[in-house]
Amino acid sequence: MTRLWSWGALLIGIAFFLMPLYGMTEFSLKMRRGEYSFDAYATVLADPRFQATFGYSVMMAVLTILCGVLLVVPTAFWVRLKLPGLRPWVEFITLLPLVIPSIVVVFGYIRLYNTSSWLPLTGSVTGTNMLLMFGYTVLALPYMYRAVDTGLRTIDVATLTEAAQSLGAGWVTILARVILPNVLGAVLSGAFLTFAIVIGEFTMAALLDRPAFGPYMQLLGANRAYEPAALAVIAFAITWACMGLIQLVTRFSKHNRVAR
Amino acid sequence: MAFLDLSHLEKSFGAMRVVKDFNLGIDKGEFVSFLGPSGCGKTTVLRMVAGFETPDSGAITVDGKAITGLKPNQRSIGMVFQAYALFPNLTVAENVGFGLKVAGVPKAEAASRVAEMLALIGLPDLGARYPFQLSGGQQQRVALARALAPRPQVLLLDEPLSALDAKIRVSLRTEIREIQQRLGITTIFVTHDQEEALSISDRIVVMNGGIAEQTGRPLEIYNRPRTRFVANFVGTLSMLEGRLQDPATGRVSLAEGEVTLGRAIERPAGAAVTLALRPEALHLGRAQGDIVLPARVAEVHFLGSVIRIRVEAGGTSLSLDTFNRPDTPPPPLGAATEVSIAAADVIVLDDA
Repeated sequence: MTRLWSWGALLIGIAFFLMPLYGMTEFSLKMRRGEYSFDAYATVLADPRFQATFGYSVMMAVLTILCGVLLVVPTAFWVRLKLPGLRPWVEFITLLPLVIPSIVVVFGYIRLYNTSSWLPLTGSVTGTNMLLMFGYTVLALPYMYRAVDTGLRTIDVATLTEAAQSLGAGWVTILARVILPNVLGAVLSGAFLTFAIVIGEFTMAALLDRPAFGPYMQLLGANRAYEPAALAVIAFAITWACMGLIQLVTRFSKHNRVAR
Repeated sequence: MAFLDLSHLEKSFGAMRVVKDFNLGIDKGEFVSFLGPSGCGKTTVLRMVAGFETPDSGAITVDGKAITGLKPNQRSIGMVFQAYALFPNLTVAENVGFGLKVAGVPKAEAASRVAEMLALIGLPDLGARYPFQLSGGQQQRVALARALAPRPQVLLLDEPLSALDAKIRVSLRTEIREIQQRLGITTIFVTHDQEEALSISDRIVVMNGGIAEQTGRPLEIYNRPRTRFVANFVGTLSMLEGRLQDPATGRVSLAEGEVTLGRAIERPAGAAVTLALRPEALHLGRAQGDIVLPARVAEVHFLGSVIRIRVEAGGTSLSLDTFNRPDTPPPPLGAATEVSIAAADVIVLDDA
């Protein structure tokens, strides 16, 4: 009897998630009247603005990941090694982006870095791109920091550091050759989450007026019927591919195949 | 001046003075063990030599050069940790070659040095393995090879055997000693295991409460412990409290009667003295010995080759060891007997 209930709950849950997806996918295939076709997908993929905005967002995602790794790995390492008392505070700070809406963050940026400020980042395209990248880094901070910190927990940071030091290694060598490779799985899972966030982000890109994928999706959704559905399916596929990659990476890192 | 010289080292953590005026000179090629209970400061002294802790005062010199102010990576010191601390992302060969790569040694030269080191630790074929594919004993041998590969001036071993099985512990300590002697490398070995320290050291420093209580060769430490702490910590010891009657002949009155050691005790007559006895210095029966005490058998522990017997003599309990002999069973509990002691085996403690 209880078995039956749990199966029932599971089926309802699955239906709740899958039916809208099914409906959306089905709708996206209906562009040609009376038959299923990939016309909507073809239109979207052939749109030069899709290629441009998607390419831009991918590039921003990669830069954001680099910036995040360079910021978070040394910080989390240092906090673990030398300032364990500060850990709750650092964790709190990294969680703030979940509490503060990105519109607040981006308005703050625009006020701080506008063309009449001491650091006029919004005055140039490169500057605005950098500002957007820093904004994305902040948005991804909760995920990146948590992932890296969890990764650091699985290795004996203090002893490995001392072992490397006694062998003559300096801080940069220790970070690059000992710490980073050992938390690579965690860094990559943080990186894929960052990627998923950056690809779909709308607020910051729109307010900074950058040609990103998020604003393009919004634009398309406001003006077309079938294409937004196709675009949503594509976005889902990308996100799921990221999730799958996290699984693969954590499963296949060579030295982690410890018999459990 | 000694090759590795530690002078007047002091270290406090907060209000705790962990190391108090620690002085030691270690000759080139010498194997010195720091022996003591946890919290005695032995690891702190080792970490100060490695550079992981900075002494509050005092100086450390290696080969005449002061290294007190140098960072750990600027000192030429190899270290082996209790937890192995092999880099999990690197193979055995890469682990051993880590220090060489950091030092910028050319590839071919590094590769031959790594091969040499792997041969030295008896694992020449395991270079391509990852640490998780090795047993604990193998990992620790790799850690030793890694520490030795850059040819450090001093080797530090921080309880390297504590995490291993009893059997491996014994075989590996012999191996460590052989390698150390073959390379002639100056070594400090930290342990809380007296048997380990006694079996492989040139000299032992027994530490307690941040102080070096006694420094000496293993035989000296065991046979002539100077303080009550050393006597208790190294080996088993029974103590007899007494009062010195005659300093010249070493006549001491005990609760059990009077004994004469036949050698001078440099203490005023009437002073309280503590006589200490190793279990192997006591014999059942009157057979051999200058001192005979009446006793009663209180406990018998069969340990295999050795039988440890506890007897009550007067109000004092004494431990004595005899070898197991199949034809002579150990005495029954409660049996009245006598124990005899050779006067030369009686240890007079300094800090009575």
